[in-house]
Amino acid sequence: MSGPGLSQYLVWCLCTLFEIAVVMCALKKGAFRQYLLLNFYMLASVAVTVARFDVLTSYGFTSPQYVYVYYYSDALLTIFLYFALASLYARVLSELKAERYLRFATLLLLAGTALFSYAVVQQSTTKLLSKFVVELSQNLYFVGLVLTYILWGAILKMRETRTRVIQLVLSLGVYFSLFAADYALRNLYPSTRSVLVLVQQMIGCFLPLAWAYAFWFSPEEARLAPSRLAAVPR
Amino acid sequence: MMAAFIFVVSVVIFLQFFVFYCRSLIAVSSKQALSPEVQEVTGIQKAASGEDFNRVMQLLHLCPERPEDRKGIQAIGAYFRLLSFVGSTVARLIPSMKSWTELERGNCTYFAAIALERRISFSRDMLAQQIDA
Repeated sequence: MSGPGLSQYLVWCLCTLFEIAVVMCALKKGAFRQYLLLNFYMLASVAVTVARFDVLTSYGFTSPQYVYVYYYSDALLTIFLYFALASLYARVLSELKAERYLRFATLLLLAGTALFSYAVVQQSTTKLLSKFVVELSQNLYFVGLVLTYILWGAILKMRETRTRVIQLVLSLGVYFSLFAADYALRNLYPSTRSVLVLVQQMIGCFLPLAWAYAFWFSPEEARLAPSRLAAVPR
Repeated sequence: MMAAFIFVVSVVIFLQFFVFYCRSLIAVSSKQALSPEVQEVTGIQKAASGEDFNRVMQLLHLCPERPEDRKGIQAIGAYFRLLSFVGSTVARLIPSMKSWTELERGNCTYFAAIALERRISFSRDMLAQQIDA
């Protein structure tokens, strides 16, 4: 593969604009400080895009430098997203006063995931580093998905009704599940990687758009019964 | 083996989150009332029907796009197609499912009508700004 095509550059550009839009929407609606880590994640994502673009233009798309920067920055961003998720946990579980335990649990989980990925790859391949980053990303997204699922359970149990929080968590769940499935598919069928690049970029656009939507259209005081969303006829 | 497990679990949980997310978008829009003007244009008086969804979407695409609502509309479009698929397959065997899918399809139409309302007022604001300038 020679490099990204026009459509990939376009989606990349759009995605970065959407990430900036999240911060702008949060600022405009006075939610920047309330959701500080979520906004920091978006800003970090913009910074990573700039760094990736710089490496891409300096070394080329197929260079090992770009591959490593791509996967390691992806893993770093996912870790950043863990902290954003932890802030949502703190918001939902604020009545329990469990912030310190939450922080400790998040760090423990991160270290555990990295060690597990390293152990799996060490047993299975000689191309340790490149395989490790894909394996790590897949596992990080999957753990993120499980954590979001648990948070959704907590929202239902604690009867959290803030529409904005509910939409932020649900969109995060959609994002994590799509990425976990995408990385798992890459692991299962390595030949589909080139096809999945554009798909992955489009999935990447979902989260900033969904968060911008939540900040813009769901005021902090809006309420929604989450049990209504989960009700399905029998 | 591990990757296959993660893939299957992720797809199953994705479907759940996707349905809940779309329903949260619909729930927010269902609290807003349609203006008489949009009611007249869309033909939605009290309850919206799933049959009107494509027509309302066509009207929606005639208005200038707003980047903030693009993904929500796309998500609801995908949810509507999913409901139509469920309605024409699984729901044929379960009567309660049939009425639920119809209700949800109607809610999707209402969401699209609310988005239309927003786009119309957005276009009006833009026009007013241009005239002022």
